[in-house]
Amino acid sequence: MSLTISLPSVLSRLTDGSRSLSASGATVGEAVADVTRRFPSLAPRLVDDAGQPYPFVTFYLNDEDIRFSGGFTAPVRDGDELTIVSAVAGG
Amino acid sequence: MTASLPASPGPAAIDRPGFTALPLVCENCGAQFDAEPSAICLTCLGPLVPVYDPNRSLPGRAEIHARPNSLWRYREWLPFDGTPTLSPDTGFTPLVEAPELARRLGVARLWVKNDAVSHPTLSFKDRVVSTAINAAHTFGLDVIACASTGNLANAVAAHAARAGKPAWIFIPHDLEPAKVLATTIFGPKLVRVRGTYDDVNRLCAQVADSFGWGVVNVNLRAYYGEGSKTMAFEIIEQLGWRAPTAVVAPMAGGALVTKLHRGFREFAAAGLFDDALPRLYGAQAAGCAPIVRLVERGGGRIEPEIPATIARSLAIGNPADGLTAARGIADTGGWAAAVSDADLVAGIRLLAETTGVFTETAGGVTTAAALHLAKTGRLGPKDEVVLCITGNGLKTLDPLVDALPPAPLIAPKLREVAALVDAA
Repeated sequence: MSLTISLPSVLSRLTDGSRSLSASGATVGEAVADVTRRFPSLAPRLVDDAGQPYPFVTFYLNDEDIRFSGGFTAPVRDGDELTIVSAVAGG
Repeated sequence: MTASLPASPGPAAIDRPGFTALPLVCENCGAQFDAEPSAICLTCLGPLVPVYDPNRSLPGRAEIHARPNSLWRYREWLPFDGTPTLSPDTGFTPLVEAPELARRLGVARLWVKNDAVSHPTLSFKDRVVSTAINAAHTFGLDVIACASTGNLANAVAAHAARAGKPAWIFIPHDLEPAKVLATTIFGPKLVRVRGTYDDVNRLCAQVADSFGWGVVNVNLRAYYGEGSKTMAFEIIEQLGWRAPTAVVAPMAGGALVTKLHRGFREFAAAGLFDDALPRLYGAQAAGCAPIVRLVERGGGRIEPEIPATIARSLAIGNPADGLTAARGIADTGGWAAAVSDADLVAGIRLLAETTGVFTETAGGVTTAAALHLAKTGRLGPKDEVVLCITGNGLKTLDPLVDALPPAPLIAPKLREVAALVDAA
């Protein structure tokens, strides 16, 4: 499956200035692994030592928080959009 | 991405104020940054907080007491060098003793920290916007924005209007009409978003990343949150420079409990009171209680929820400060409680009937949670308790329409009054 990943601007310095990346994989986790293979310095920003998202980084698959749909095991379809947002907003 | 409709003039067009914002440090990894409109660590994406000079000169009780009655009387604990110039008169709301409510709860004494009469928009959000708008001013950000469940929308619109700054305000589509009108009146760009607050919040994280605006609870969040500490400072000072044994506060994103904890610790460290830190108790509506459930589980991660409660100002299913709020509660020996919508309406009535304070749904949650905590032994007969009442009841009238008895209708005859008196 092919999808688009949108990054917060603070991470674009790690992706040659791009805030929008193409990725492939059958799940969110596989798609994240795909981009972190290509941009290794992204890995410690997106995935903790246990291979899970950090509490302060939220992943939205087509506007839905992936924690409602299986986290990194959430399946993706061709054309999906994965948006990564730092979870410091609120209140 | 570069957006197409930025409204901020460049920094060269701004008259810089005679004060500056403090630098920032990452709470997660400790990386340090210059003062900037960013709440995200460039290294690890963790949250940023201001760095205070540990050797700065701090005022004593007498010096603070002699200052004007606003939150700026605590300016050494707020994130600026110099004296901020915008929103100079927010804060120092009444601390109202409530002996009848204390009796109902079975505690020694009880006070209401009454931010329902906060200046100018009748909620504690005036505090955080006071610091955020001054931060925006130092950075030359002329457009102020926010994601809001209502009270923050009111506050941003009002403070921006007074400062002469344009405001963009994003709210869930189904907010209470009073909160929508009480925002629109100030003339901001008000945008209703199809979705929950969490959807609006995510959108505003992207807005802050794209338009160069000062989104108070996103890229100005490091400065915005510091305003909440002033509620703790005022409680200590208004009690005569001593601490209560327990404080009950509502939780939405968890920032208020987090900052109350920080505020009490900072005043203790400054030697401004000698008592133990108060136990912190957090209150949420059962229809959206991710922080309460985290406290009950004893730790771990926030499990987000889809809100289903009439307490819309607390309806944040993905609370950004939930973990730190739960930590503050645990560190002080407190607890958390969730209450039903029916109980929160009863809480609004109980607070009004025993204290003369009319609060919104969030205050009903706080009052009902305090009652629950007392019934379950978390609050006891030796406790001196402060309830943080954060918003005004005139903003959320709908839940009360069917909950209150209708007034009798009579002819202008004395005998009809006499009949009512006999029946009372």
